[in-house]
Amino acid sequence: MVPLDYYLILSAVIFAIGVIGVLVRRNLIVVLMSIELMLNAVNLTFITFSRFLGSMQGQVIVFFVMAVAAAEAVIGLAIVISVFRHRRSLDPQEMQLLKW
Amino acid sequence: MDASIILFYVISVLLVLSSLMVVFLRNVVHCALALVAALFLIAILFVMLHAPMVGVLQVLVYAGAIMVLFLFVIMFLNPTASEPRRKLWWGFGSLAALLLAASLAALLSNGEAPADPVAATETFGSPETLAKSLFTDFVLPFEITSVLLLVAIIGAVVLAKREP
Amino acid sequence: MVATTQAVVTVDLLRWMPLIPLLASLINMFFGARLGRKTAGGLACAAVLASFAIALYVFWLLPATGMFRDTVYTWIESGSFQVKLSFQVDALTAVMLLVVTGIGFLIHIYSLGYMGHDEGMVRFFVYLNLFIFFMLLLVMGDNLLVLFIGWEGVGLCSYLLIGFWYHDHANTIAGNKAFIVNRIGDFGFVLGLLLLVTELGRQGIWTLDFMELQQHVNLLSPEKITLITLLLFVGAAGKSAQIPLFVWLPDAMAGPTPVSALIHAATMVTAGAYMTARLHFLFVLAPETLSLIATIGAATAFFAATVALTQTDIKRVLAYSTVSQLGYMFVAVGIGAFSAAIFHLFTHAFFKACLFLGSGSVIHALDGEQDMRKMGGLKAYLPTTYWTYVIATLAIAGAPFTAGFFSKDFILWQAYSSPRGSTELWFVGWLTAGLTAFYMFRQLFLVFHGECRVDEHVKAHIHESPAVMTVPLVVLAAGSIFAGWLGAPEYLWGSLWDHWLQPIFGGAHEAAHGSLTDEINLTLLTLAIGGLGFLLAYFIYGRASKLPDRLASLAGGGPYRLLLHKYYIDEIYDVLIVRPFTYCSRWLAQVFDPGVIDGLVNAVARGARGFSLIWREVQTGNVQHYLAGFLAATLALLAYFLKQQ
Repeated sequence: MVPLDYYLILSAVIFAIGVIGVLVRRNLIVVLMSIELMLNAVNLTFITFSRFLGSMQGQVIVFFVMAVAAAEAVIGLAIVISVFRHRRSLDPQEMQLLKW
Repeated sequence: MDASIILFYVISVLLVLSSLMVVFLRNVVHCALALVAALFLIAILFVMLHAPMVGVLQVLVYAGAIMVLFLFVIMFLNPTASEPRRKLWWGFGSLAALLLAASLAALLSNGEAPADPVAATETFGSPETLAKSLFTDFVLPFEITSVLLLVAIIGAVVLAKREP
Repeated sequence: MVATTQAVVTVDLLRWMPLIPLLASLINMFFGARLGRKTAGGLACAAVLASFAIALYVFWLLPATGMFRDTVYTWIESGSFQVKLSFQVDALTAVMLLVVTGIGFLIHIYSLGYMGHDEGMVRFFVYLNLFIFFMLLLVMGDNLLVLFIGWEGVGLCSYLLIGFWYHDHANTIAGNKAFIVNRIGDFGFVLGLLLLVTELGRQGIWTLDFMELQQHVNLLSPEKITLITLLLFVGAAGKSAQIPLFVWLPDAMAGPTPVSALIHAATMVTAGAYMTARLHFLFVLAPETLSLIATIGAATAFFAATVALTQTDIKRVLAYSTVSQLGYMFVAVGIGAFSAAIFHLFTHAFFKACLFLGSGSVIHALDGEQDMRKMGGLKAYLPTTYWTYVIATLAIAGAPFTAGFFSKDFILWQAYSSPRGSTELWFVGWLTAGLTAFYMFRQLFLVFHGECRVDEHVKAHIHESPAVMTVPLVVLAAGSIFAGWLGAPEYLWGSLWDHWLQPIFGGAHEAAHGSLTDEINLTLLTLAIGGLGFLLAYFIYGRASKLPDRLASLAGGGPYRLLLHKYYIDEIYDVLIVRPFTYCSRWLAQVFDPGVIDGLVNAVARGARGFSLIWREVQTGNVQHYLAGFLAATLALLAYFLKQQ
């Protein structure tokens, strides 16, 4: 029987790794992938608590999170395509039109 | 030592490794593949946590559809420019993430581990149970999610359309 | 000197006295152009006549009643402090009312002729009626605040009327000067008023009502009363042209002659004396102030008379004469002989108005010439003007049985015999009487006698003034004789005047030293020096001679020039006060305001801008930077929660 804490620490670590990717990588697609990683870490937390509290609500939430993550990945990638067409670059640091 | 704990350790090590690969590898395709591996491993964890339905959905939707989409886009765009790296930024980011992980872990591990209420039930996490929750307590979010998906599809088509 | 208590009767009639001229003024202001000059002028005169009729009626009823009061409405109400817009008529006010409305009416009639060809005639009558309104407010107010409104209002009208012919810049400057110097006086007045209110308030009484002030005046300490009265006297000095605030009155002659007659001789300038008389119960408790008032009054009387000796403009002589006679009134106030002061105010209104209107008649006949050196021999051309002028001159010089004789003698006797008087005061007043006779007859001889020095082209048009102008002259000349008969000394037929004002000022004046013989002797002395002045004027100016020029060049011409240039007081004021003040103002406007005030505001703006210039750098446009910010905030929150545990 794996203790609760182990799962939670694992998801915290995965989340932190996802954060690194979002902050540091200069490729938009990898940034999106890191966001997916973060979402999955959260999903893991939800399922863990669902198991340990004996409630189905956690799994239902994960269901919805997955649906929303799909929608978001779709739109995000469509934007990436659009941006790439205009700027021929996927570097978020080159997209600074909203600078002061 | 319990078999489940050993399994857990193995899977978690692999998971952390593949996540690090997602974040640190240079080639985008390699990152995508590492992410697929990570998603699979998480699906296994789901199953271990008595959520078989969600685990299957994870494989089907996440690894199966979303990651395919990612790869599709990567190959469509075929980005050739290599991305510049900055040591300072990397160090800083890693430090921040470390802090984040540490504080989250500290916060989360302060709760008591409750007794295991789920071992008795057979149907916990099964499709029937999930469907029952979904179509009774959560029918409204369910319907709205379908609208959301519709909107996402239309939005994606509009955004990615090639201008005539 | 405690006033006897009187019955008070409320009558709604009082408010119409100021209201009718105000209405006429407003009608003329808005519809005057449409009404036409004749109708507008007629309306204005009718309004003042109506006020005069009411004043007569009230005067007639007064002895039987005691005092009339008319409260219009409560103006200020703050806790126990109440100020009402309310009028009162007692014996003192009744006298002032008759002077203001009666002589005002005569001057309005005169203006129909004098201003008849002036294109601003309607505007003139608007201002003149407005002046009557404010002056009536001043004399009828039953509390200090209503008096002050009138006080300020007449100052305004004075400014408007002095600068009436505003196209000539010099006139507007004169108007400004009058207003500004008045304002300095008003500053003192307001301070005195405020001090009075707060000091009484400290004792628990919050009022500005004259009757209530009189009741509670002994609650104040003598030092406070002295300070209050000093400040109030500053106001009176400004309004009534005493040293050092008299400089505006000679310049005020820039206004049309009826204005000089009404405002700067008969009514507005007497407001200071009226105010001190109204507040006599306050002033008698401040002996130091009173002696200061007497000293200033005497000094003013004397110095103004010396300046009048040399002036060449016909109106200037009369202006300095007015300042001098006002000095007499304040000598009387300073001695505590308020009844005498008001009596001189009364008689002076008649003969000074007559003199001014007469000079206006001369100016009118000579097409605007005011320099006496270009006059002479006008007796033949302007008979009515001449004879009324003679009568008024006799009056002001104190010829026997004229009005000026009785009122001036009254003051001089009081100066000598009253406990607060002194021989020195009497002496200065006596000398001034001699000077007065001299310069007035000098003017008479220069203008009406001798050879006619008028320019040829003007001489062709000389004509006597129309009846509209000469009838008031005759009426005023009659007043200059008979008005004084009301205040004869005891050894003749007694003073009706004193009897009339007894409820206010408390009756007979105590003669501390000096007997009946002294009184008669002093009168004879005054007659003597008056006669001397007349004779000197006759010998120097009455006949063609080189004496005037030789006198002028006496002692190298220095004293003559000093007097001619009015002791250079305007120049002194300019250097001591006006220039430093202007310099400061200019510095403030050009250096301080743009530099410091604007600088402060701009510095704030610059600071905000600088601040935002720094902080806007946060918006780099780089999403990853924003996410880093998110992360930092999240870490902070987590740290907080950890601490909580």
